Parts: sequence; structure tokens; C-alpha cells
Amino acid sequence: MIRVLTALMWRDLRNLLFGSSRGGAVLPLLFFLAVAMLYPFAVGPDAPLLAKTGGEVLWIAALLAAILPLDRLVQEDIALGIFDQLNLRGVTEEIVMVVRLVAHWLSFAPLLMLACLPAAALLKLDGETLYLLLLGLLAGTPGLAAVGLMIAALTAGLRAGAALSGLLLIPLALPILIFGAGALERGDPATLGFSAAISLLLVAITPFAAGAAIRAGREG
Amino acid sequence: MQARLAAHDLACRRGDRVLFRGLSLSLEPGDVLHVTGANGIGKSSLLRILAGLLSPYAGTVERDGAVGLLDEKPALDPDQPLSHALAFWRAIDATPGTNYPWDIEHLLDVPVHYLSTGQRKRAALARLSAQIAPIWLLDEPLNGLDHRGVSMAAAMVGSHSRAHGICVLASHQPFPLDGMRVLELAEFVP
Repeated sequence: MIRVLTALMWRDLRNLLFGSSRGGAVLPLLFFLAVAMLYPFAVGPDAPLLAKTGGEVLWIAALLAAILPLDRLVQEDIALGIFDQLNLRGVTEEIVMVVRLVAHWLSFAPLLMLACLPAAALLKLDGETLYLLLLGLLAGTPGLAAVGLMIAALTAGLRAGAALSGLLLIPLALPILIFGAGALERGDPATLGFSAAISLLLVAITPFAAGAAIRAGREG
Repeated sequence: MQARLAAHDLACRRGDRVLFRGLSLSLEPGDVLHVTGANGIGKSSLLRILAGLLSPYAGTVERDGAVGLLDEKPALDPDQPLSHALAFWRAIDATPGTNYPWDIEHLLDVPVHYLSTGQRKRAALARLSAQIAPIWLLDEPLNGLDHRGVSMAAAMVGSHSRAHGICVLASHQPFPLDGMRVLELAEFVP
């Protein structure tokens, strides 16, 4: 079992980080930094305003950056027949989805949190805001990754799946955003507990929902 | 363990059309079954039902032994060199060694999406032969293969059968192997 998990994880990380066809993990990162760079140009060099709203803008940027990798998260492997072959070898879709969830999170969240450092400098965020932002992303990004994977699996068979998945992610990710960005407003890390709780719930149900979606897709 | 593959009174429905019904079969070690029929008659669906990937509309399938499936999806990562794409399945299957009997040594460094249809089929057959599965389900195994490839595929199925394996192959073209049972799927169309 460990051998199978290692092979799956290795392949997923390689495809998600360096997948050449869609720009890999670099594209969401550049998107996130682009928002941080453009925002000061849009609102002007008003340091107090930037510092007051910058954290929330980075939250929105992180949420939207999480949409970018969705269309290649599940769809390609269904087309390749990877899940079929794994199923025949006794590796259930749920196990594959647990590994994919971890790999998906690893391929975008740590990079995004690292990119928060230059972004915080661009937006003149103070140390405490940056701390709350990073803590919030740590609590919220597993949930974002889970929602994204669930939606990617559900929309995999649809022709307009890529566009639809972006739209579907927004309402489902809303609670994470509200509590994550809300902590910045109040300056209170306790609010992040809610964000983490929602994340945990989403992480717990996603492998089952996504696995069931892939199995149901075979019958279509 | 003795491999066995049996199906009782299978029916398959796609959309609102029943493709076939009342299909029963029982295969013992060494059996090779050639499923024939026109395009769209349900050969691939039958194989996917036998593999357990599709649930039958009616009937049951009994399987004893691991299943190896070869269909039009190669299950090899397109942007990886062939050796890496095959190595993934070797790691999953825990099969040692790296010699492929499919004349693909010179392709191992080539990314999979550069391979031709026939080369990709050879690679998929190499993946299948590296997997230790007593039950083989082959969907159009000859598509894209040249004359040499066709005879190699026949020899491979032959030696699998002699090694007490079971093989069900769906193909609209003749398969050059003696001693096969034939299932004409048209007989089961309602």
C-alpha cells in the first residue's frame, strides 16, 4: 500500500508542479503576484489604504488563483484511463483522491504563502497583518484545495467544465474567505478557527464525493 | 489460485437502448474468447462490464483473479518519456526488471505524445505484459499495429493462454490465433 501511495504521490506532484502542458504550478503563483503588483497601481500610492485593504485583496487573489489548476486536476486522467487502470489494480478512487488532494495542496498553497512575503511588501502590510494572513491561508487553503478537487471531479465530464468549475468554486469557498479575511479585519486569530473547521470538513468529505463522481462518470 | 471469469444473463443498456441481453459465458484457465461484431454493437461495453468498470443493466459477473485491461486509452502520461510513463505502472504493479518484449527500447526516451498510434499500442501492450494478471481483457488490440505487431500480439495471447491465463479480446478484424472460442455479439441483440 505504501508503495502504491508513494508512486501516486510522486506522479501527482510531478504532473501538478511541472506539468508542461498548462504551465504547472507557476501560473497560479504569477497570477497571485500580478494582483499584488496591479493593486497599488489601481488605488494609488496611499500607504494606509493599501495596508488596510491589502490583506483582503490577497485573500481574493489566493481564492481566484486556486481556480486556475482545476481543469487539469481530474479531467486529463479520466481521458487517459488512469483511474480505470488503478481501479482494476484494487486502488479505489477514494485513495487516489486523497493523494491528489494532498498533492494539489502542496503544489499551490506553500508557494502562495511564500509569495505573500513579496506581496506584503508591495502592499505595505505590517507584520501582524502578514502573520494573520499566513495563518489564515494555512487554515483556509486545504479547504480551497478540497473544494477545487471536488468540483473538478464533478465537472470532469462536462464540455464547459473548466469555466463552470470556476463559477462553482466561488460560493463554496465563500465561508473560508469570510472567516479568513474576517480575522484580518478584527485582528483576532480566533476567527481562523472557523476557517480551519470548514477546511477540515471539506477535506474530510472531498475524497468520497470526488471518488463517487469519477465512478458515476464512467456510467455516462 | 485458479483464474475464472463467468457472466450470467448479462444485459447492457446505454442511454435508452439495450445493446445486448441474455449473454452468459464461462471461461476457465487457458481459454481465449474472441468477441466479434460490428462497430457500436457493445464489444467495449461488454469488456468494461467484465472488468467491473461498468455495472450491467442486468445479470452478474464472477471474477477470480486480477484483471489486465487494454483499451483505446493508453494510460501513459503524454508529456513524460515512455520509460517514466511505464515506470509508474511498474511501481504500482511492483514488477521488477526493465526489459520490454515489445521492440520499444529505442522509444524509451521519447515523450509519449510523440509516439504514433501503433507505437502507443505497443507501449500499452508492454504495460499489460509487465502486469501480472491472469485475466486479460483486450479491446481492439490490433488497431494501429503493423504486420509484425499483429503476429507479436497473437503470440503474446497464445503464450498467456498456455500459461493458464484467460483472455477475452474484442476485435472486428480476424485475430490470427488457433483454438479460440468465438462469441458473435449480434446473436444477443434484442
